[in-house]
Amino acid sequence: MADYTTSELMVSRAAKELRNGDVVFVGIGVPSLAVNLAYRMHAPDLCMIYESGAVGCVPTRLPISIGDPCLVTGSLAVVPMLDVFNLYLQGGKIDVGFLGGAQVDRFGNINSTVIGDYRKPKVRLPGSGGACEIAALAKKVVITIANSKRTLPEKVDFVTSPGYLRGGRERESLGLKGGPELVITDMGVYHFDPETREMVLESLHPGVTLETIRENTGWPVKSAPSLKETPPPTAEEIRIVRDELDPQGIFLRKGAQG
Amino acid sequence: MTMKDAVGRFVRDGDLVVMEGFTHLIPFAAGHEIIRQERRDLTLARLTPDLIYDQLIAAGCVKKMIFSWAGNPGVGPLHAFRRAVEKGTPRPLEIEEYTHFGMVLRFMAGASNLPFLPTRNYPGTDLTSVNPLFKKVRSPYSDEELWCVPPIHPDVTIVHAQRADEDGNTQVWGLYGVQKEAAFASRKVIVTVEEVVPASVIRSDPNRTIIPGIIVSAVVPEPFGAHPSFVQGAYDRDNDFYVAWDAISREEAGLRKYLDEWVHGVPDRTAYTKKMAARREALQADRQMCEPVNYGF
Repeated sequence: MADYTTSELMVSRAAKELRNGDVVFVGIGVPSLAVNLAYRMHAPDLCMIYESGAVGCVPTRLPISIGDPCLVTGSLAVVPMLDVFNLYLQGGKIDVGFLGGAQVDRFGNINSTVIGDYRKPKVRLPGSGGACEIAALAKKVVITIANSKRTLPEKVDFVTSPGYLRGGRERESLGLKGGPELVITDMGVYHFDPETREMVLESLHPGVTLETIRENTGWPVKSAPSLKETPPPTAEEIRIVRDELDPQGIFLRKGAQG
Repeated sequence: MTMKDAVGRFVRDGDLVVMEGFTHLIPFAAGHEIIRQERRDLTLARLTPDLIYDQLIAAGCVKKMIFSWAGNPGVGPLHAFRRAVEKGTPRPLEIEEYTHFGMVLRFMAGASNLPFLPTRNYPGTDLTSVNPLFKKVRSPYSDEELWCVPPIHPDVTIVHAQRADEDGNTQVWGLYGVQKEAAFASRKVIVTVEEVVPASVIRSDPNRTIIPGIIVSAVVPEPFGAHPSFVQGAYDRDNDFYVAWDAISREEAGLRKYLDEWVHGVPDRTAYTKKMAARREALQADRQMCEPVNYGF
């Protein structure tokens, strides 16, 4: 078996969520690597959009931030941020958005605002940025996050970006379409039950047990009847990630989790 | 006009000030001059406060911040911002929080002289319960209820750009961010540029003009004025500095030392640039020219 890191496994799994021709709202870290991997492997017609306004990007170096100048050079279009949010996102043109955060709860709500009370925060986090609108307005959302009781609590301290709220039909009843489709952690992959909208474990990464997952998740997590093993990255995927996408190991060799 | 004169004349204590630029073209030189002139009780608005507002907060210039993402992009938290919010030092910081889309719509509402703008965003988020300025409106054409944001009307907006003519007709290429909307929403506009060019250069390529001279109060030639952020076609982002800022700003003393050396310790951006000659050389952009287009008729 090829040697690979957990982050590389997450990148490979996230890349499989993308289809050729998808219009993807890209973030930095694991999402950026996943989208660029999919583009090189099976989705050459994928269109990358960054919230900074660069559309159809072909970055020749690993973007350090979502506003890296390498996203502009050679892109198909550069548009004002008003257009990014009004025309592309609210206009329904984004197929997939990637999100992370400090906390994700059992219904896929994301907190990137504050730990503790908003007025008297224990930890003040950066805030929404474009995350809330991506969660609300993209056709589907893929979430990457570490798997621990702290990062996957039963209920987030603050809903920055809406998932399925309190579950069931609440999201739809408020007029929101889409919603989180998949949560990829460093231990496993979860989808959402179509009725209850609760996170359900669908695969374990190689070497991880159900007990480990339960010890590291903030609620008694359910697992799919056909619980599988997450497919490890192929030798070709590892080669592309290491040699072409992140040759300096900026995101992957230092244990970054997106 | 010099930066010293422009800030001296157009930025007052207690003003609502916007210095925009989304990772690109952040007007750091203007921010440093505001710190040198010791402006106080400012309300600062910006999508991403970035290092520039972290420095203004640490220098004690800021009473309130209106924002949507307060981090060091690609690196980590903004330590001065966090100290002000979590511990109230050097002074408590009032915050008013949106999302990027919400901030962009606030600028657009201000620029368009409208009382609000609606969006399909925000159902289910807790942001609307901690910020009472989010309000709901019912569509007069359907049963839909939509969340709205109010306009913002800055006293002064400062933007940095590749070039402008003497009258302030300003051209930008690369990431546009929200500079056009912020400028149009503002009572006064200061444009700082890498290069002041003859009007004939602007007129040779009018599609690239994002801010017209008719709304500009001052034009300041300020090469390297966006460092450590970048200017497409001029210099790259100084990512080493963004990474270094994490350690510099982690303790108040370290941050104070930085301000003493690089802000108070230099009279202007020219001196700052001279002190940083080797960095500037290393950050120089490659040449990648576009195909000319024909504006003839």
